[in-house]
Amino acid sequence: MLRVENLHKFFGANEVLKGVSLEVDKGDVVVILGPSGSGKTTLLRSINFLETAEQGTLQFDDLHIHFPEAEKKQIREVRMRTGFVFQNYNLFLNKTALANVTEGLITARKLPRAEAEQIGRAALQKVGLGDRMEYYPQQLSGGQQQRVGIARAIATNPEVIFFDEPTSALDPELIGEVLAVMKKLAREGTTMVVVTHEMSFAQSVANKVIFMAGGVVVEEGTPRQIFTAAREERTKQFLRRINREVEYII
Amino acid sequence: MEDRLVTLLLQSFAQILVPGLLVTIPLTVVSFILGILVALGTALVQIAELRGLKQLARFYVWIVRGTPLLVQLYIIFYGLPNLGIKLDAIPAAIIAFSLNVGAYTSETLRAAILAVPGGQLEAGYCVGMSFSQTMRRIILPQAFKIAFPPLFNSFISLTKDTSLAANITVLEMFMATQRIAARTYEPFALYCEVGFIYLLFCTVLTRLQSYGERRLSLNKA
Ligand SMILES: Nc1ncnc2c1ncn2[C@@H]1O[C@H](COP(=O)(O)OP(=O)(O)OP(=O)(O)O)[C@@H](O)[C@H]1O
Ligand SMILES: [Mg+2]
Repeated sequence: MLRVENLHKFFGANEVLKGVSLEVDKGDVVVILGPSGSGKTTLLRSINFLETAEQGTLQFDDLHIHFPEAEKKQIREVRMRTGFVFQNYNLFLNKTALANVTEGLITARKLPRAEAEQIGRAALQKVGLGDRMEYYPQQLSGGQQQRVGIARAIATNPEVIFFDEPTSALDPELIGEVLAVMKKLAREGTTMVVVTHEMSFAQSVANKVIFMAGGVVVEEGTPRQIFTAAREERTKQFLRRINREVEYII
Repeated sequence: MEDRLVTLLLQSFAQILVPGLLVTIPLTVVSFILGILVALGTALVQIAELRGLKQLARFYVWIVRGTPLLVQLYIIFYGLPNLGIKLDAIPAAIIAFSLNVGAYTSETLRAAILAVPGGQLEAGYCVGMSFSQTMRRIILPQAFKIAFPPLFNSFISLTKDTSLAANITVLEMFMATQRIAARTYEPFALYCEVGFIYLLFCTVLTRLQSYGERRLSLNKA
């Protein structure tokens, strides 16, 4: 369904992605792991054209795009057909929860308000915020804000949703409610690409795990392969460190 | 003697206030509105990083902020005819004031737009919205709240700065006062009087600002 090939991204002279390829099939839950600075965020942002990659191609069903030469129309189509959940939520601060969800439907998709609100209410109900529709972002907790962010992403019925560390800005006690929503989406067959350090999520929900380091994909496989039988030393090291941190926190 | 002065002040009050209401205020309002439009364009081409236009915008701000308003008025009214561009006094004043306000408030607006918590533009893109849709519906409404007090500051400044238009033959409040002073030889009383009327105008504006801020609920957290 979605295939990225040989993606190269530079920030100045610094090559942050060094030929990354990624394949996502319908219904996949792909988890991307990797140390800080390995290029995970940049990868997601490049696929959505929030960054302009210098080299590489994107195939998205019938769309074939050479990253550096993407046309406005193609960029818009990719964005219309995908969803993005940000680490810092990035909610529209002058809009209520409901308006956050309906905004894209009304302005970008030109849906009638009544229809958009119906979809918006359903999306908020799905993330457990049926009673917070008229709240502004500042009146919501971090976990609630992120769930609005997820509702906003699912409301447009995207073919794939990208999550960039959706829980890492949250207090530990709020992480669970967001992960629960994401698990629910995964069970319903939503195609998701998730950058996260939540190993429990990766182990229980992902069908594919990708380990990145230094701007390349070091290793990929099923969760079982990666977590119990990693081949690469860098992967093993990273997993040992993550596990130590988890124990330390506990 | 004292009676004469009181009578003069009372009589001149209307003679000064009328050009104030008919010239100073419309001149201020029209120039400010045009200025804000110029400022919005100037700020947005810089935020959108439109090459060429961005440099042009910086150049414009540099020129206007770096030269006195009085000199700008003179160039436009007395200078441009040398190039074959003859403008009436009021249009010339409106152009000079709009350009001046435009340059200063473009910086206010640019700072306000940059102060809107980041990522919302990208979030707009990610739900399929365009730059202009996201600006109009998400970023600018928030930027406007941030910019409101400094914009009002510029508005109050402009109200007083329009007195400079007296230099290019615009018969506004200050010029009306100059004429009466020349005729009656009472400059002290009359210039104090016109100062008082400006103060009155600005007091009203200050009230308006507080009202506006309450409406925008800027004072609430
Ligand atoms: N806008 C930018 N300008 C310059 N360098 C950048 C920019 N964004 C990211 N980088 C650099 O690119 C590299 C990869 O960053 P990226 O944010 O993609 O990593 P990450 O894997 O998401 O890390 P983290 O786990 O900390 O979020 C880093 O070295 C970072 O410093
Ligand atoms: Mg990141």
